[in-house]
Amino acid sequence: MQLAFGDGFDKWRVDSSHVPAACGLSGLICQDGRMVGGDVIIESMKVIHDRGNGLGGGFAGYGIYPRHSDSYAIHIMFEDAAGKASCEELLEQSLEVEAAEEIPTRPVPGIVDPPLLWRYFAVPRRELAVAEPDIDDFMVRLVMRINTTVPGTFVFSSGKNMGVFKAVGFAEDVGEFFRLPDYTGYTWIGHGRFPTNTPGWWGGAHPFNILDWAVVHNGEISSYGINKRYLEMFGYECTLLTDTEVMAYLFDLLVRKHGLPLPVACKVLAAPFWKDIDSDEDAREKELYESLRMTYASALVNGPFAVIVGYSRGMLGLNDRIKLRPLVAATMGDTLYVSSEESAIRQVCPRPDRVWAPRAGEPVIGQLKGDA
Amino acid sequence: MSANMLPSEFVVNVDHERCRRCKRCILNCGFGVFDFQNMTTADSSKCVACHRCVVFCPEEAITVTQNPLAFRENASWSVGLRKQIWKQAGSSGMILTGMGTDLPWLNIFDHLLIDACQVTNPSIDPLREPMELRTYLGRKPDRLEVSEVGDGEFKLASPVADNIKLDIPIMFSGMSYGSVSLNTHRALAIAAERLGTVMNTGEGGLHKELYPYADHIIVQCASGRFGVHPEYLNAGVAVEIKVGQGAKPGIGGHLPGEKIGQEVSGTRMIPVGTDALSPAPHHDIYSIEDLRQLIYALKEATGYKPISVKIACVHNVAAIASGIARAGADIIYLDGFRGGTGASPAVVRDHVGIPIEIAIAVVDRQLRSEGIRNWVSLIAAGGVRSSADVVKAIALGADAVGIGTAALIAMGCRLCQKCYTGNCSWGIATQRPELVGRLDPEWGAERLVNLVNSWSLEVKEVLGALGVNAIESLRGNRERLRTLGLDEMTADILDVKPAGR
Repeated sequence: MQLAFGDGFDKWRVDSSHVPAACGLSGLICQDGRMVGGDVIIESMKVIHDRGNGLGGGFAGYGIYPRHSDSYAIHIMFEDAAGKASCEELLEQSLEVEAAEEIPTRPVPGIVDPPLLWRYFAVPRRELAVAEPDIDDFMVRLVMRINTTVPGTFVFSSGKNMGVFKAVGFAEDVGEFFRLPDYTGYTWIGHGRFPTNTPGWWGGAHPFNILDWAVVHNGEISSYGINKRYLEMFGYECTLLTDTEVMAYLFDLLVRKHGLPLPVACKVLAAPFWKDIDSDEDAREKELYESLRMTYASALVNGPFAVIVGYSRGMLGLNDRIKLRPLVAATMGDTLYVSSEESAIRQVCPRPDRVWAPRAGEPVIGQLKGDA
Repeated sequence: MSANMLPSEFVVNVDHERCRRCKRCILNCGFGVFDFQNMTTADSSKCVACHRCVVFCPEEAITVTQNPLAFRENASWSVGLRKQIWKQAGSSGMILTGMGTDLPWLNIFDHLLIDACQVTNPSIDPLREPMELRTYLGRKPDRLEVSEVGDGEFKLASPVADNIKLDIPIMFSGMSYGSVSLNTHRALAIAAERLGTVMNTGEGGLHKELYPYADHIIVQCASGRFGVHPEYLNAGVAVEIKVGQGAKPGIGGHLPGEKIGQEVSGTRMIPVGTDALSPAPHHDIYSIEDLRQLIYALKEATGYKPISVKIACVHNVAAIASGIARAGADIIYLDGFRGGTGASPAVVRDHVGIPIEIAIAVVDRQLRSEGIRNWVSLIAAGGVRSSADVVKAIALGADAVGIGTAALIAMGCRLCQKCYTGNCSWGIATQRPELVGRLDPEWGAERLVNLVNSWSLEVKEVLGALGVNAIESLRGNRERLRTLGLDEMTADILDVKPAGR
């Protein structure tokens, strides 16, 4: 069952219980900067079709907007033209919009009743940018403001030279609907959703995004309540009440705002156990981990999760601290693959150099090489 | 009939067919109920229903029952109210009482239900997986700075202030030496050490004998400054400034002279036999900026150990707590209106303050709204009765809980509420040497360790059912609580949804 866009928005925004979901995920990064078409990630997701139930699918691609690489690529869903008009008014006040266009789609049988789908390439107005020390913070606040105050309007992608594409439907259908084979990128992540107790809603599909962070996630965050309240202290508003949104904002807070190196941020989200910290013979590491757990206790993400996170120059795979959801990684040359199932990797890379199951809480990180 | 025209509350009956005339009951009763004239006799008017005689009678010959006396029913004039009037008409004074309020106020803990995992997220089995309860009390930075020191190696680049490390999020609340016996303090100190937690001295100083337990002691500095000197301030892991107490917000301590013998006198640094009445306010704290000065004076005196500030939960507790955090405290100890006491006017104990559940919820929310929650740890105390209460208090936002009454009950206390008389038959709230001697500190410590370990197991079991394996994932996680039978406004203040939502 699919909810009308406006109804779905209200339900997701108003119904204050967050939504458990199980899922299939897949991602790849060409660390040498090679560009691959969106058909590759669609192909990979096809194999794990059964991990979704047709109530949500989505992708994020990095490097897909080279002509607008210095602008924020803002993807927005609108319930109707009225919402679009009032949102565009708000955008005009805050941004210099270089280009605005409908996001290209093609009819696909499994994808019905889409909302209006538009994208804007824009930068903050110069006079506002001067007053704001951190442009990224400005953009985060703008996105939060639109998503919480403009009726029937949802910003689902706001990074630079990257884009999120998501809908109600099976992942491979969503990919075809958004014509992903027409794009090329160096990182792709995909997601098929299996929500357990809610109708599908376009905005609720994965990936979740803020700025360059795109998160696909399989799991249910049992610590959701405190993670959300912790984020609220720093001005993040968890409007959609999903676990995954929390994950995206935590990465933004820890890495972009607090400047923690990504592998260190992972030790916050999937903290090592005290017994391991206590027996750590490396005094420096022991001090670091103890301090991290003390300071960032409320950012520990507890409960089953496997997550793939895309960011501007990299991709991360991470499991919860006792690995309650599947995650497999593989490398082939300079390409790193991470997926819920090995089959989804072998579908697009039949003979990888190395395949392994990352240990609980051990991040797998792929980065663009120096000049790539 | 007594001078107050009050009938006895309880009836003590000795079954003379079973009684062996061993006189153990006479020795055991701290209140002088029993006498012996050819056979054991009991003066029921002195009985407080502490059960000491019942438990220690080898023949089970003694029964204590409620006096079945009928009173003309009257919904406006409860028997309790009538008795208060008879007492006051006979004595002209405040009614003094001990322990926490016994009036049937709404208990919010009993209207909160805890979540559990089913299917979509797995529960975790605490018998098979690690389950972490470790808790750090004290100030944490808002953020850490980390620098890279080589290939994929990182180190901490910003300092973290000293914290108190607890193996469990349960500590022993302040109960002063003087109010309770030295053996009670000994039992608490031994248990705190074994459990990896801390005891709080209360406002009566610390007996020298307990200085070796420094790593498991928080020393208190209250308005009376009893037993406060530089060595004492450094005899624990932290210093607590006691501003108020849940059982008696706004008033000072009351320790009757009867309980001030040689040892208490030496520890408190006051003469034998004088009433120890600590002033209602600290005479150097008339506003928040004064508190700040005392906090920093104590930090200077202790080489910057964590400073805790204990307050009674009153109407404006959220704003007060925010001020305390900004004044430099590292820990705020919130004592709810159900908290216990050795002695308090009944009118204050029973009618002043607000529940801990509300206080912890609003304080946690206030500190978060100001972005300063990391600056302080919150201790919830005053009405924590079970492991379920521990879980609920932490889910509402507490870092840890303090238990006082529960600890005393573990050591035999029957909640007879006569602590202020100094006649405690269980050797707890007394200084009479023959009574104090009956509480074996080792035995008491074992009971305390058993109790707290039991609660820890239960907390772990609930964490596992919630699908989390660290206490910090419960802390402030109100999403995992639901209300049942609470009015909408109270639920809204708690920020907890009703069951079914």
